[in-house]
Amino acid sequence: MELRYPDAAKRFADEVRAFMRAELPPTTRDKVFRRQKITPAEQREWQGRLCARGWACPGWPAEYGGPGFDALQRHIFDTVASEEGAPAAIPFGESMIAPVLFHVGSPAQKAHLLPRIRTLEYYFCQGFSEPGAGSDLASLKTRAVLDGDVWRIDGQKMWTSMAHHANMIFMLVRTSTEGKPQEGISMLVFPIDQKGITIRPIITMDGGHSTNEVFFDDVRVPADSLIGEANKGWNYAKLLLGHERLSIARIGQSKRELRLLKAMAGEQTVDGEPLLRRRSFREKVSMLEVELLALEITALRMIQAGGSPGVEANMLKIKGSEIQQGLTELMMDALGPWAMPFDGERGLHDTNEATLGPADAASEGPNILSTRVVTIYGGSNEIQRNVISKSLGL
Amino acid sequence: MDFSVTETQDMLRDSVSRLLRERFTFDDRKKAIAAGDHGALWRAYAELGLFGVEISEAHGGIGGGFADLAIVLEAMGRGLTIDPYMPTVLLGAALVQRAGSEAQQARLLPAVAEGGLKIALAHSEATARYETARIAASARPVGGGYVLDGVKALALGGDVADVFIVAARTSGDVADSDGITLFLVDANAPGVRARGYALMDDRSAADVTLESVRVDADAVLGAVGQGLSLLDWALDRGAAGACCEAVGAMAALNEITTEYLKTRNQFGRPIGKFQVLQHRLADMVMAEQQARSMAYLAIDAAQNEDAAARAQAVSAAKAQIGLAARVVGRGAIQLHGGIGMTMEYVAGHYFRRLTTLEKMFGDIDHHLTRYAGE
Repeated sequence: MELRYPDAAKRFADEVRAFMRAELPPTTRDKVFRRQKITPAEQREWQGRLCARGWACPGWPAEYGGPGFDALQRHIFDTVASEEGAPAAIPFGESMIAPVLFHVGSPAQKAHLLPRIRTLEYYFCQGFSEPGAGSDLASLKTRAVLDGDVWRIDGQKMWTSMAHHANMIFMLVRTSTEGKPQEGISMLVFPIDQKGITIRPIITMDGGHSTNEVFFDDVRVPADSLIGEANKGWNYAKLLLGHERLSIARIGQSKRELRLLKAMAGEQTVDGEPLLRRRSFREKVSMLEVELLALEITALRMIQAGGSPGVEANMLKIKGSEIQQGLTELMMDALGPWAMPFDGERGLHDTNEATLGPADAASEGPNILSTRVVTIYGGSNEIQRNVISKSLGL
Repeated sequence: MDFSVTETQDMLRDSVSRLLRERFTFDDRKKAIAAGDHGALWRAYAELGLFGVEISEAHGGIGGGFADLAIVLEAMGRGLTIDPYMPTVLLGAALVQRAGSEAQQARLLPAVAEGGLKIALAHSEATARYETARIAASARPVGGGYVLDGVKALALGGDVADVFIVAARTSGDVADSDGITLFLVDANAPGVRARGYALMDDRSAADVTLESVRVDADAVLGAVGQGLSLLDWALDRGAAGACCEAVGAMAALNEITTEYLKTRNQFGRPIGKFQVLQHRLADMVMAEQQARSMAYLAIDAAQNEDAAARAQAVSAAKAQIGLAARVVGRGAIQLHGGIGMTMEYVAGHYFRRLTTLEKMFGDIDHHLTRYAGE
């Protein structure tokens, strides 16, 4: 057993760090640290720099234009990039549909889609959930019927994050009502700018707009929009969600947030003394830090074991999301009364003035609220626990 | 031991609940927030006598007690109101009634009772957190009056207040117990500037700058230099009132969540049939019941003239209710799933209210420390 990184890995980490410090646009880094939204233009600009260095899509093998990192390099890259304030990759294209294409995409689909995903020319969103199909995803009803050389699609998708920025969508559709619900689902990929598609924003309780409802009214897309085989979409979705759960652990992001938490708790004073010096508060921070360290080592063990992500991915999702929420909760505690002012996009006052509180405290409120979603999306933590207990033969 | 409510309290609860149910629906609330309108129900409150619950009959009120006010606050917690009733009545008018001279009472209390005057308590400062004595703002005696200078933070309802009760130092150093004096300051007085902002629960507050603000000697509320005990008294009432609001919000949110578990179907059955969700809801209902018990303790304590006993009981209640609010608020969002995250659905607004109440008048850490006497 050897827990320390080998020298080559340490050199790689230094190399990544140096690149991030040299190449990350300061405004983008600043936004990431302040948890402000990164615009698609900023995201593409950063993707361009990663492409130029050959480091875009760090999870991709070299044959598809990825850097061909081994598992440890991949982990180091993601963690260091997050710590240094690089914007998180938009997962839908690079981390979700791309691995499915590697496995079952046609040569033409791979040749057309992958290079455009890599440069973020294609900005994907995911059409999975529906009003009646949340945790019970297999009950989805949006229908697609093959009519000559087109699929005709009717139905409604929900929680389609980033649909308002996206130009492409991959989605699950019902193509058969025979057999088990899972057996009649197919996966389609096509440009979202189509006749018959209507996107309506869903404003979340933090005041933000990051997700949408998408309506399909006799939408027609070419027959070759089908990924893999018809009625096998459920298997592809499971593969794809396994990858989502790996990235959803957000270890690097949590390390960055932990630093921020300590900085906040160092600036806030109680009885004239920094809050972080209070034993009761420091212990809470330490507990979370220890949990995060354990999660990182767990992730490294899973990386080393290799293979496609199994039930371990569910564990990473649960622990990672709980740590993210724990961090925002402690930030709220660190701010004390200054956690109350709220700089939402739709607050009571159109012209909120800056408070006397710590800089950006008012934007912490929306963050506290929006982080409640991490135990819900990507398969709620209850569903993740069901999967784990099922794997134990229960 | 008596947990029953009086006939008057029953009537009060009915009338406030009906008003909010009929005239402050979720849709009304949404429109009021969009329009920046805090005061849509202000007239109706006055007609129901809600401003004067505790104000003496001589000054236009109904001369009730804190237990009566608690009923109103619980209903407002359930109704998710966004107006500055709490700072005006629970803090402002109460301080004037307790410590004001006959002239101050006669000038302010009838105006509050009829809904014509809003008061905000401007005591806290930027780095004070929840310490009541950490006050740097100064009041210098000048020509029979005082000149106030300083910057006050997080004055609830301070953006729309007509009168501020300002805590400033007439002597001593920052954090000294002695030397704090309360002043009644007109919001329009030269040198007073309030900068308002929204809170997470769609209520509002302001930071208030005082620059060479001249007040007469009769602006002093209570005894010179002895303001801290008054302030602690008012803020304990604030904490107890926040407990009552939180209990109303928790009860409503648990009802909504229970209903959702019965009606939302997944995997061919209501999600309330899944044991893991049942147990979580059971924990939320237990938390609400424990919170309600502690709200009784807080209501009783708020009327206790023994300051140390009052502080300890109020802190016990506020800490426990803060924890319960987390259990109920977070649980409700999780059990709802995605829909609970949306602005269009009421659960998230209860979560915002509960999160704000937990941080108002002292958070869990503060009250646990205070309870332990550290």
